[in-house]
Amino acid sequence: MRTIRIGAGAGFAGDRIEPAVELACHGNLDYLVFECLAERTIALAQQARLADPDKGYDVLLELRMSAVLAACRENGTRIVTNMGAANPLAAAERVRDVARRLGLAGLKVAAVTGDDVLEAIRGSRLSLLEGGTLADLDNRIISANAYTGAAPIAEALAAGADVVVTGRAADPALFLGPLIHSFGWAADDWETLGKGVLAGHLLECAGQVTGGYFADPGVKDIEGLARLGFPIGEVSENGDLIVTKLEGTGGAVTTATVKEQLLYEIEDPARYLQPDVVADFSQVRVRSVGPDRVAVDGGNGAARTGLLKVSIGYIDGHVGEGQISYAGTGAVERGRLALAIVRERLALTGVPMTEVRFDLVGVDALHGAALSQGGAPYEVRVRVAARTEAAADAIAIGNEVEALYTNGPAGGGGVSKSVRQVVAIASALVPESLVSTQLGFFEA
Amino acid sequence: MKLRQIAHSRTGDKGNVSTISVIAFDEADYSLLAEQVTAARVAAHFAGIVTGPVIRYELPQLGALNFVMKGALGGGVTRSLALDAHGKSLSSALLDLDLTAPEHPEGGQARQGKS
Repeated sequence: MRTIRIGAGAGFAGDRIEPAVELACHGNLDYLVFECLAERTIALAQQARLADPDKGYDVLLELRMSAVLAACRENGTRIVTNMGAANPLAAAERVRDVARRLGLAGLKVAAVTGDDVLEAIRGSRLSLLEGGTLADLDNRIISANAYTGAAPIAEALAAGADVVVTGRAADPALFLGPLIHSFGWAADDWETLGKGVLAGHLLECAGQVTGGYFADPGVKDIEGLARLGFPIGEVSENGDLIVTKLEGTGGAVTTATVKEQLLYEIEDPARYLQPDVVADFSQVRVRSVGPDRVAVDGGNGAARTGLLKVSIGYIDGHVGEGQISYAGTGAVERGRLALAIVRERLALTGVPMTEVRFDLVGVDALHGAALSQGGAPYEVRVRVAARTEAAADAIAIGNEVEALYTNGPAGGGGVSKSVRQVVAIASALVPESLVSTQLGFFEA
Repeated sequence: MKLRQIAHSRTGDKGNVSTISVIAFDEADYSLLAEQVTAARVAAHFAGIVTGPVIRYELPQLGALNFVMKGALGGGVTRSLALDAHGKSLSSALLDLDLTAPEHPEGGQARQGKS
């Protein structure tokens, strides 16, 4: 039975560069996939595009492509990535430019567009999954992008693309597209498509399946995290999968690392909603078949819902934050006094806030008082964060913390403060008929 | 004993929903997890953090449970004021859950009593 090798070169926008280079040079890969979009990334990219129409794609695109493109060309490895973000066409042109600079004449780059549905839904009363309707977000909306499926990616590959650049494609679709193209899987072969989504889901976070985000010294030890190897999926024509990594790289592929990633960000394991299929992971089994080799089977699927999820980015006021540290005996008491002072000051000065938090980092900042039992730490960090409508009010939060230098408890040091505009995300479902994807091609 | 002694865990996030897996190191311990790590206990453990319902999904063939906690992330990852907006550290808090060690080891008197 035919098998293809598909590697994950990035699991998030800021991921390491060298693991992808190792895969490009030594992975003997058919495909190398870079997944670089989080829920909010595309909304931020849309803001960048509004400021400059030539921007709005991943800022590391050129760096990543410069690092792998020549090796991929030499080894016959094709690239799929969602680094197009809010501007896949501009991104594809940049990839072509990189290819030209590297002397890779004839290299073909495809852009998948059509995920931007802002104009199609603007002004509607589309229901939001968080409650309320689109109308509630009114003029604060900055972006709306549908999670698109594998079909346009497979189509671009069939048209000879060496590199496929998408916007808001669903993460597993970046892997499912190449599988559909390689094996000719039917668009209603739900079981096999479900297996393909399973492969994509396991690989899309890159190092998170090869021992990254797993180590717990003394309980779950992992060697070589500073040179973690990224995963390779060996996928058979029937959808069977083996997860592995390059010999000599750090990390580990074990049944435990694969199980953790299998359930990562999954709600109902029997119904993982994707644009192409409702994948069913509920009967999946994993078994070790060699060093750093884990076989995964039992994936299944059911007919897709015909609905696509849309991520809607909107401006949601500002967050102001300030921090200051205290140390030594009595640090916790001085930290609590500092929080009480800032609380009183914000009331006295009447800073308009819709939400505020007073945290003692090192004591109870992460999970609150009930779960945070234990001895007194040597040092604590006071943290005050508040949501305000206006930037000027957000500035006041950090300023009140900073004023603790000369007005607060003894020995406070290391103040930091920040203000950021909040780009929040709401979600909705739209009929797939509302979204039509297009391909654009560029040749080096 | 602590949950941490027999299981590992990873947290994921989708909007204002936190998902937490609980996976037995040894699949033979799955029945202990299934019996003691209930949705109600997880909800009680995270009282004050999780504002919505907690749903449990069972994956016996993996020796694993998957918890879906609604209203767990301060209004959502993109809005939250929390230091850990993704709630990624919640898995470590769950692994501190106290379990009652079985009185009889697997295959011991407890099992014989049932047959």
